[in-house]
Formats: sequence, C-alpha cells, structure tokens
Amino acid sequence: MSALVELEDVVLRFGPKTVLDGVSLQVSPGERLVVMGQSGGGKSTLLRLILGILKPTSGRVIFDGTEISRLPRRQLNEMRQRIGMVYQYSALISSLTVRENLALPLEELTDTPADEIDEKIRSMLTAVDMEGSEDKLPAELSGGMRKRIGLARALVMQPELMLYDEPSAGLDPVVSSVIDELIIRTSEENQSAGIIVTHEMDSAFRIGTRMAMLYQGRIIADDVPEKFRQSTNPVVAQFVSGSTEGPIGEGRTAP
Amino acid sequence: MANREPMVAIGRALRSFLATVSSLIWLLLDMISEMADHMRRGRLPFRRSVFFAQTERAGLNSVPLVAMVSFFLGLTMALLTGYQLRTFGTERLVPGLITIAFWRELGPLMTSVIIAARIGASYTAELGTMTVSEEVEAIDAMGLGPLRFLVAPRLVALVLLMPSLVVASNLAALFGTYLICAFSFNISLPVFADLVREALILKDVVQGMLKAILFGLLIALIACYRGLTVQGGAAGVGTATTSSVVSSITTVIGFDTFINMLQVNAPQ
Repeated sequence: MSALVELEDVVLRFGPKTVLDGVSLQVSPGERLVVMGQSGGGKSTLLRLILGILKPTSGRVIFDGTEISRLPRRQLNEMRQRIGMVYQYSALISSLTVRENLALPLEELTDTPADEIDEKIRSMLTAVDMEGSEDKLPAELSGGMRKRIGLARALVMQPELMLYDEPSAGLDPVVSSVIDELIIRTSEENQSAGIIVTHEMDSAFRIGTRMAMLYQGRIIADDVPEKFRQSTNPVVAQFVSGSTEGPIGEGRTAP
Repeated sequence: MANREPMVAIGRALRSFLATVSSLIWLLLDMISEMADHMRRGRLPFRRSVFFAQTERAGLNSVPLVAMVSFFLGLTMALLTGYQLRTFGTERLVPGLITIAFWRELGPLMTSVIIAARIGASYTAELGTMTVSEEVEAIDAMGLGPLRFLVAPRLVALVLLMPSLVVASNLAALFGTYLICAFSFNISLPVFADLVREALILKDVVQGMLKAILFGLLIALIACYRGLTVQGGAAGVGTATTSSVVSSITTVIGFDTFINMLQVNAPQ
C-alpha cells in the first residue's frame, strides 16, 4: 500500500540546535505509528512539520503525494482539513462551548446544513462517550473529558491522517485506556492512518501497529511492536525497560 | 580601542525595531490574504457574531470611560485657559480653543491612549493566553486561518469604532467646557454653540477622524501581534500585555507628532 504521509531525510534546525537530523518515515492508511523518544527530543516537532506549521531546514514532507512544505497557504489549509490533530492539553477554544468547538471546522470550512452539523456532533459525542456535554465550556471539563472532546473535534472532518501528541499523558490508567481504545476504534472504523507521539509504554504497545524510536534527532528503530519490545538496540532496550542504566542516561549527564 | 558598546546596542535596537515593523506589515498583509481566500469561497471574511461581540466590547463598552475622561479634561482645560484669558477679557475664546484642540488633536489622542490601555491590553492578554494554550495553533492546524478568525474581527471592529469614540470624546469634552463657560464665564448656550460652530472647520474634523482610524489600526495591530508572539507562559502574557500598552501609546504619540510636523511644514 502506498504511503499516505512520508518524511524524506528531514532536517530541522533552530539556530545552532539541530532538532531533527535526517528523519525518514512512511505511514500508510490504516497504520498507527507510535513515535517514542525522550522529552524535548523533537517528537511533537515532527507532528508540526507534517501539519506544515513548521518548515524543514532540508528534506521533504509529503502528504498524499504532495510536498507540504512547498504548498502556498491556501492549498496548505485545504490539505490540513484532511489531517486531524489531538493536542497534549486538548487546545479546545476556551471561549466556545463543546458544541461550538466541534462545529467550528464544519461551519467554517464546509457547506454542511445546521441540522446535519447537529447530528454529526451528537454522533461524535456518542463515539467518545460524552453525550450531554454540548453546552459545557472546556473549563468545566476534566482533563480526560477535554481530551475526548479534542479527539472528537479532530475526527469531525473525517480526516485521513490523525496526529496525536501525548494522548494519554497526565491521565489516570483507566481514562488512559479509554482514550487508547478510542484511538484504535476510530482508526479502524475510518481506516485512517495515525501518528501517535508518546512515551507512555503501556499505551504505545496497546495502540501501535508500528513503533519508531527518535533519538538525538534520528529514527534509530522502526518495527512492529513485538520486535520493538525485543530490540537489541541499547537505546530502545533502555527506553522500553525504563532503566536508569544505559546510553540515554549517559547522554543526559554528558557535558 | 574606542568603546563600541553603545553603537552595538543602538544597532541591535534598530534591528529589533525594523523586525517588529516588518512583522506588523506582514501580519496585516497575511490577514488580508486569509480574508480574501475565505471570501473567494463565497463566505464572509470572519464570523459575524465574533465581529459584533468585538464592536460591543471595543466600542459601546468603552464609551463611558472615554466620555468621562474627556469630560473632565475639557472641564479642566476650559477652567485653566478661561482664567488666564479672562485677565485679557478674552474668555469668549475658550469654546473655540477647546473645540479646535479636541477635534484636531486631543480627541483622537486621548481616545487612543484609553483604548490602548483598555482594549489593546485585553486583545494581547486574550490572544497571548490562546497562544500559550496552543489554541491559536489548533485553529491554524484545522486550516481556519488564525489571522482571519482571531485578528480580523478585532482589528476591523476597532478601526470602524474609533471615529465614533473620538466623536463621543469630543462631545463630552465640549459638554465639560460648556459647564465651565456657563457657570464661570457667563457664556450662554446659544453663544457657546455659535462660538463652537465658528471654530469648527471641516478640515479639522476630517483630520481627526483619519487620525482615529490610523490610531485604531496601529493599536489593534500592535496588540494582536504582541499576543500572537507571546513566549514563556503566564509570565510571558503579562510581559507582552505591558509591552503592548507601552508600544501602542508610544507609537500613537509618535505618529501624531509626525503628522503634526508634516502639517506644519506643508506648503499652505
């Protein structure tokens, strides 16, 4: 199956700091790629490159055969309608109710009639087990609820690619499992591709159909979960086991 | 070797100033471009409801403060100038003097200072908080165009409302002036009205209104730019808000001085 999103030798520098140093990745429809790595290691940056919010210093980011970094804004915005993003802290518009948040992309970008929008919102809220929360403001919701609404908002345009930035960070294990199941269910139902950035091991192995490890700006491992778990790469092995002994610790203490 | 530090500091400040000016121009052009893209799809450039909420907030809700400050300023100016002029028996010049001062100069300037503090600060704080909480990025990621969606209704509301606020300011100042003229200098209402009408010329009115539009544009641009470029969480929002008010007031006064200098030096 041809790749829906592809990163080709992507380098990203902020001044003298190299965040990504030749990253190459491919994700096909139906696949859920979990990208793991240290905090501040460039995982979320990777998602922002795919959305075209950041431009690579060199290399190419391709979505459905089109290079995103070369698109003019109008086409880029049209492309973004095919990509859903779930933020770590949900990023719901705080002045809008749940209903208004979910309706926003539909009202602004499509000609969907109001009654259809209402129907779609109801079904989305049912899908994320949040019926009856239409008139609530984001501030009235818990972290897990906000995350579910964030997921519903990202799904409302039925995107072909879903990007998740730390979807279960800061949530209790039960809510975290609920979010994981939602990600799997929506991905299977819509046959959409997904890139999930996380360093929550349990979630990562539960969600991913493929796993990649980003270390020092490079993808050092990219495999199916079973093989990833048994990797002999010392960095991957240390990250999976959570051990304090190994190359990651050495890197942190290096001058 | 000569101490080059002051020159380096001046160079850095100039570079930073030019970078900010070019960013403001790009912000305006990008916003217009996003609006045009949206309108090409047969849609309104921004949400009507957001626009009307902003006009109410920036315009209607600002009238009491603008009017009160201008009323007291008009009153004080009339009192001070009136007592000086009375020593020469020319206190009847007071209505004309205040009329010219407010319609040409003080109305737009005072209103801008109040609006920069009241509305500019709130624009920066609001957009800054949205930037910090990734709401602005989420709007961008959905392909909605954050400049069109967030900046445009605020900017257009302020630009359109500023002339009305300046008129409110001028009328409040004239009311204060009238009270002093009536009770301290025995100038009746019909005489006061005649003196105001004589002093009021179309050129001053037009100039004041154009200044109001320009100052509204500058305040909204600076406030939104500072909000969208916030860095560093809550502390960053606080710093940006202060910076927004200071930059707006300084820029407005700078532009006002520049316009006045051009006018004075223009061939008659």
